[in-house]
Amino acid sequence: MTTLSSTMSDSATMLRRNLKHALRYPSLTVIVAAMPIVFLLLFVYVFGGTLGAGLGGPSGGRAEYAEYLTPGLLVLAIAAAAQGTAISIAMDMTQGIISRFRTMSISRAAVLAGHVGGAVVQTLVGLTLVVGAALLVGFRPDAGVLEWLAAIGFLALVSLALSWLSVAMGLATKTVEAASNVPMPLLLLPFFGSGFVPTDSMPAGLRWFAEHQPFTPIIETLRGLLTGTGIGSSGAVAVAWCVAFTVVGWWWARRNYERRPAR
Amino acid sequence: MTRPAISVRGLRKSFGTQVVLDGLDLTVAEGSVFALLGPNGSGKTTTVDILSTLTPPDAGEVLVGGADVTRDPRAVRAAIAVTGQSTAVDDLLTGAENLRLVADLLHLDRRTGRARAADLLERFDLVEAAATSPSTYSGGMRRKLDLAMGLMGDPRIVFLDEPTTGLDPRSRRAVWDVVRGLVGEGVTVLLTTQYLEEADQLADRIGVLDGGRLVAEGTAAELKRQVPGGSLRLRFADRTALDGATRALGTAGADADALVLEVPSDGSVRALKEVLARLDDAAVEVAELTVHEPDLDDVFLALTGRPTPNVEVSTP
Repeated sequence: MTTLSSTMSDSATMLRRNLKHALRYPSLTVIVAAMPIVFLLLFVYVFGGTLGAGLGGPSGGRAEYAEYLTPGLLVLAIAAAAQGTAISIAMDMTQGIISRFRTMSISRAAVLAGHVGGAVVQTLVGLTLVVGAALLVGFRPDAGVLEWLAAIGFLALVSLALSWLSVAMGLATKTVEAASNVPMPLLLLPFFGSGFVPTDSMPAGLRWFAEHQPFTPIIETLRGLLTGTGIGSSGAVAVAWCVAFTVVGWWWARRNYERRPAR
Repeated sequence: MTRPAISVRGLRKSFGTQVVLDGLDLTVAEGSVFALLGPNGSGKTTTVDILSTLTPPDAGEVLVGGADVTRDPRAVRAAIAVTGQSTAVDDLLTGAENLRLVADLLHLDRRTGRARAADLLERFDLVEAAATSPSTYSGGMRRKLDLAMGLMGDPRIVFLDEPTTGLDPRSRRAVWDVVRGLVGEGVTVLLTTQYLEEADQLADRIGVLDGGRLVAEGTAAELKRQVPGGSLRLRFADRTALDGATRALGTAGADADALVLEVPSDGSVRALKEVLARLDDAAVEVAELTVHEPDLDDVFLALTGRPTPNVEVSTP
């Protein structure tokens, strides 16, 4: 068997293992969806009246805010899932089975690829639940079939990028507790971007940061695909950020995996 | 002799300033069982980690199954199976799923994988437990599943790092039977242990590891010969008899509390007769006599200058 095909086959085996874990312990998938759904209810019903009025649209209020909020929440959900991924790989590393994998003649990237693949699937399932909840509270996307497909592909890309990054973070930490803290910035960045309010409502310095950090173009691209707002250059910038995160995460994860002490 | 299964020359490894292996030399013949015996922190686990490609060596030549662990780790990994101190099983899968996972990673075709898994479950008496999670298993069952997963790949060389630490006597015996079975199939086994009895029971050759190098190596009998002879233990009914015997034999080594006198002896009948004759002459009555052969505990003490390691604590 060639190196590439054995890497693929080992990665598929590891993906099956991670999906089996996820199926047997669905609580992590539920948590991925639960936090954004709680935020959705909180922001739409508690803050939504005021925030929606601030958007200055024709309808104003709650319904308009649900429209604005949902794309940001979906990205927040991906970031929350990334935190779960960091925790689950850190936990896996504490198991003796990883030592077994390392003493077997299998592709070294396969263990990591299995985690990333599992995380992406788990995240997409979680996102489906969040979208369902958003539709219930008044989110009315105007996306057509093509736009939906593009949005799903884009969400998968964002999830892939953040999963590689969080796998690397999970491997870089020594304890499971630390692994749950390191991805925290990923969870905060949507708030310091266009996730919850438009960036032009922010003071100058913060606004500059918000417009140049990776989550804003990611959120704007998704918002454009789902609700028809202008995407402009955000699409290309967002994809570039995702590719950069994937490459850096992949490289960093591989390096951490190789360097981890034996036991 | 054929090419050795494991050959180690001048192996060195330090973690920071702590020297763990300090020029280890080791040769294990194909199809034999070699026991690395050593106290906590003597470098047993580090040795296994290096031989199984988990940890890179700092210096030295390490060949496993003819392949160099640094230059050709994949060839080494293809030839070995490792059972470490922490059992390498996936608790979120069932026993059977664990074996299937390994079969998939070995790229066994479905039929071969199934047949081998069924055979190993049968052999290790795990058929009934196969459908449940290893988290419900006893320590011995987990260790057996762990071993079975290693054997799915039909390894030529098996590393067992303290395979019976923490097991009850029955499970320990079951693991010993597995090891003996492997030897019957021509597999080379390197095991580390702090149980002297285990080394004595299983190993063709024993290496005593201390301070990062082998301080002695040989068969159990050869090692025992390295320590000065055995002794006779004489127990007396009272203090008067003990004192009389001490005077008559002219030896120290009396334990006044236990009323026991240890007399160095090679254990031969002639030596025994002589001691008894001298006690007879002094009219000293012996309550009980036992011949004490040197065992590996004595070997350990003589070689390392320390008593045997605390057997209940595992190495880090």
